[in-house]
Order: sequence, then structure tokens, then C-alpha cells
Amino acid sequence: MSSPAYRPPARAAIEAKGWIGANKWLLIRRAAQLGFLALFLTGPLLGTWIAKGTLAASLTLGVLPLTDPLMALQSLLAGHVMETTALIGVAIVVAAYAVLGGRTFCSFVCPVNMVADLAVWLRRTLGIKEGLTVDRRLRLWLLAGVLIGSVASGAIVWEFVNPVTMLHRGLVYGGLFTWGAALATTAAVFLFDLGVARHGWCGHLCPVGAFYGLIGEKSVVRVTAVGRDACDNCMDCFTVCPERQVIAPALRGKDKGVGPVILSRDCTNCGRCIDVCTKDVFRFGTRFRNSPSDALGVGADAGPADTIARAS
Amino acid sequence: MVGTRDDKDTVNRRGFLAVGVRAVCGAGLVALLAAVPAHRRAGAVALRPPGAVGEADFLAACVRCGLCVRDCPYDTLKLAEAGDGQPVGTPYFFARDIPCEMCEHIPCVVACPTGALDKGLTDIVEARMGTAVLVGHETCLNYLGLRCDVCYRVCPLIDHAITLERLHNERTGKHAMFIPVVHTDKCTGCGKCEKACVLDEAAIKVLPTQLAVGELGKHYRLGWKEKEKEGKGLIEGIIDLPDRMPDPPSIGPERLPGGGFKEFKP
Repeated sequence: MSSPAYRPPARAAIEAKGWIGANKWLLIRRAAQLGFLALFLTGPLLGTWIAKGTLAASLTLGVLPLTDPLMALQSLLAGHVMETTALIGVAIVVAAYAVLGGRTFCSFVCPVNMVADLAVWLRRTLGIKEGLTVDRRLRLWLLAGVLIGSVASGAIVWEFVNPVTMLHRGLVYGGLFTWGAALATTAAVFLFDLGVARHGWCGHLCPVGAFYGLIGEKSVVRVTAVGRDACDNCMDCFTVCPERQVIAPALRGKDKGVGPVILSRDCTNCGRCIDVCTKDVFRFGTRFRNSPSDALGVGADAGPADTIARAS
Repeated sequence: MVGTRDDKDTVNRRGFLAVGVRAVCGAGLVALLAAVPAHRRAGAVALRPPGAVGEADFLAACVRCGLCVRDCPYDTLKLAEAGDGQPVGTPYFFARDIPCEMCEHIPCVVACPTGALDKGLTDIVEARMGTAVLVGHETCLNYLGLRCDVCYRVCPLIDHAITLERLHNERTGKHAMFIPVVHTDKCTGCGKCEKACVLDEAAIKVLPTQLAVGELGKHYRLGWKEKEKEGKGLIEGIIDLPDRMPDPPSIGPERLPGGGFKEFKP
């Protein structure tokens, strides 16, 4: 039997909800990613400074310090205690992502996400199959390696290769546009994701994302498959999800008495599953409404699932 | 179910395309990773901003955010690219491009959130970004007997970090040479001398202090300094014997009474 013809995963959703409705969270995410980038670019381009620095450490409006927590931890392990400014920045970042979901960083802030999404889109268009199978826990081993490496070398080792800060620095300081490390690293991630492993970098290897995932282990804001009874198994959510292993326990958990909230730390809160679902199974919620009874039954008193989802 | 011929062709074409894309991606990946370290340029020495902690500690402290670069009013500081001689993303400057202007309030140090630039540095004169060395003894105009003096004149610590020392000009036999001499205990390594040197390639260059200044063996003691410290001779009761000098040399070959020279054999 030949494989079914290529079908963009959002097609059904576009027919059901319109283009905007089927791409709502994608558009919000792109706006957020570009918006955060713009905050760093108004200074060099227009002369009005909002955010200075990079995603490694920044100062916004001269008062708000933000510091990448993994960076601070590596620095500490390498034998340096950062100054108060940077440590306050770490505290703010950790607090925010511990509530909003650690990997929300990956889907709403990190510029590499756009590169990875482009690779995955091209993959779908060109019909490139899975490719190399990489264990998703490899990122945790890589993270452990980075931390041990920092102790051993006495340097913030991940910064020698980190595509996240390489790309961001390249964009903000312009180094991306002269042939150099920023472009090479970004292109390497793109090629790896395109030709070697699907969602290879962000979904399997990136220790920065893995660390944010650990920060958001118990985070409050979660995607919940609250309307799972309406699911018609079209598999579109699995197709678009960058961490597809997170969906099944919540979506298919009814018989096992598992609640509808996606609790995996790997979920990036990207909301793409919400976009592509024609049955409005998913919406953003909190981890606290997670008893099996919180899922809306079809035709339950709580009203049709889509009303709730739209209201969110 | 059997697909139509067209379907099969499409699948094969797609499959072939996918394999091609993969191969290109794999090869490109390897090429990229190899290209970055290969893309190097020789040349100037990349110096660290004022207040930078030692290089080993620096890479533990610097998160490469570039806040120091942003607050440098003279665009002196840059973030390193592959080949600039410092790890990618860390701040540096090339003295010959834009030297450090030694701002009184040291904004780069103030901006650093992590302590990679030590806030203990409050007087820019105490900064040690490197040490100037007059490397071009054969090209420096002052060594050639001219009065260029530019490095000396532009030095923010004129007469302290650079002085002019007068020597006899052996070439002309009647002029003086004024040799710029760097005093390593005062030089901040700002690089204004290197920037100002009028030669095509600067005769005076700022180098990392470790490279610029030699270091005595730890066991060395300078007798005259130890004597000064003690306030007296280190070993008492030494008998100072008279110095025995060699006989003065005879001037030229000995002249014979009958004319000619002794031991002269035509």
C-alpha cells in the first residue's frame, strides 16, 4: 500500500475554524518571539534602548536584570559566584518559568525555535521521514555533561557551542550577518533537524531546554486535554507536537483514570495542539484541575467543549 | 491495495529527494563544524576590558551578554567572532583599531552583571588590560634618531607609564636619541600608544602582560635590593681585596728605531 498523500496537519482545522483560528497560538508565539527580539533591537537600530544584553544576561529599561539560570549554575560550578545583579536576574527568571512552564521559554522566547520549526516544516513538505532515532533523555545526559564539564574545566562550557545564545547574540549584535560562529551554529542546528533527526535539537539534545524543563517540573500553566471525549483520533496533534510523547498520557488516559492535564516537563506549552484540533480538545489551564472528572464529557452539563476552549 | 503508477513514481521521487536532502544536510553539518575553527585570522592581540579577572576565571564568570560592549561610549569593546583570538562572544578590543579611552567612571565595569569585570576596580589608572612593549627597535622613529615621540605624547600617564630616556646616537656620533621606555608597573594597557604609532605597523604594541613582561625565578634575590631592605651589607666582615686589572693594552704594533714596524712581514 502506498503511503497516504501528504496532508498538512492544520488543513482540517483551517476548514473548521478559519486560518486565524487554526493558527492562533502559532501567531501569538511568532509575535512573542519577534517581540522579545525587537526589545533588544530598538537600541541598536533606533537608538531607543529597551533591553540590553542577550538571553544569557540582560538589563531591561535599566532596572530589570534577567539571567539564564543554567548559565549561573555553570558559572557557580566553574568556581565563580555571580554578583547580586545577576543572581536577582536568575531568581526572577526561575520564578517566572516555575509558574508559566519551564519550556515556555523554548516556544515563546528562544530564537532557535523558529529555525527548528522551519526545518520541521520543510521536512513535512519534502516528505522526509523520522530519520535518526535519538533518545529524548539524551538532553538530560548532555545537561549532566555540561554541569560536570563546568566543574572540570572551570569555565561555562556550554557557551562554547550554545546555539541559543549564539543565534541571539548574532541577531542582536549583528554577528549573524558576517560569516561566523553564530551562522555556523544556527545552520548546523537547521541541517541536523532537517536531515538527521526530526525535532532533533530542541526535542532531544538541547540542555538549555532540558534545564528549563526541570525548572518547570511543577509549573502551574499547562495544556489540558479537557475535551478529550470529543477526540476523533485524527492524529493532527501528534503530527504537530514537537514533544509528541507528552500527549498520549493525558489524551488517552481516561480508561486508566488519569487526569486530562499534560504534566510532562517536556511540553513546551506551544499550543499548536490547541490550534490544529478541530474538536477543541485542548486548551490552556492549570495543573490543579486534573482529576479525571475535570475532563468535559461529550454533551456534559458543563456545555460543549468548544465554548470553553474559545473562552480561554 | 496497489497504488497507481503515478503514485509509485511520486513516492519514489519523494523518497529519492528525501535521501538527497539528508545526504546534503549531513555533509553540510560536518563542513560547518569544521569551518568555524578553520576560519581564523592572524594579527592583532585581543585585549580584555578593564577590570577583567584573570583569563581562567574570566571564562567561569563571563556569560558573553555584551552589556559591557553596549555601555562602552567609544565603541572600543567588541564581542569576539571566531578567529578574533578570544572565545566566541567574549568582550575584547584591538588597541590598533580603537583603544580604551580610560573613562573615569569605567562604565563597562559598572555594566557587568556577573563580576567578570571586577567592581573592585574604581580607579581606571589601576586597570591592567595588558602592557605596552616597544617591539620595533629597528623601525621606531625615535630609535632611528628622530623625534617622533607620539606614543609618549598620547600616553594618558605620560612621564609615568612611558618616559623618554636619552641615549647617545652612535650612528651620527653627535646627536641624542630619545628612547620611549614603558614602565610596566604603571602601564594600564589602554593601547593609545599602539593606536597612535605613525608607522604602517605599530612599533609599540600592547601585549597580554604575561607575554610582555618576563618573570624572575622565584628564588632570585637582587643583592642590592636586599641590601637596601636590610640597611646594611648582608654578609659582614668580608675582606675587600684590591681589584686586579689587566695591563693596559699597547697601542698599535711597536715601532723600530730604524723605521718600520716590529713583526711586520711584507
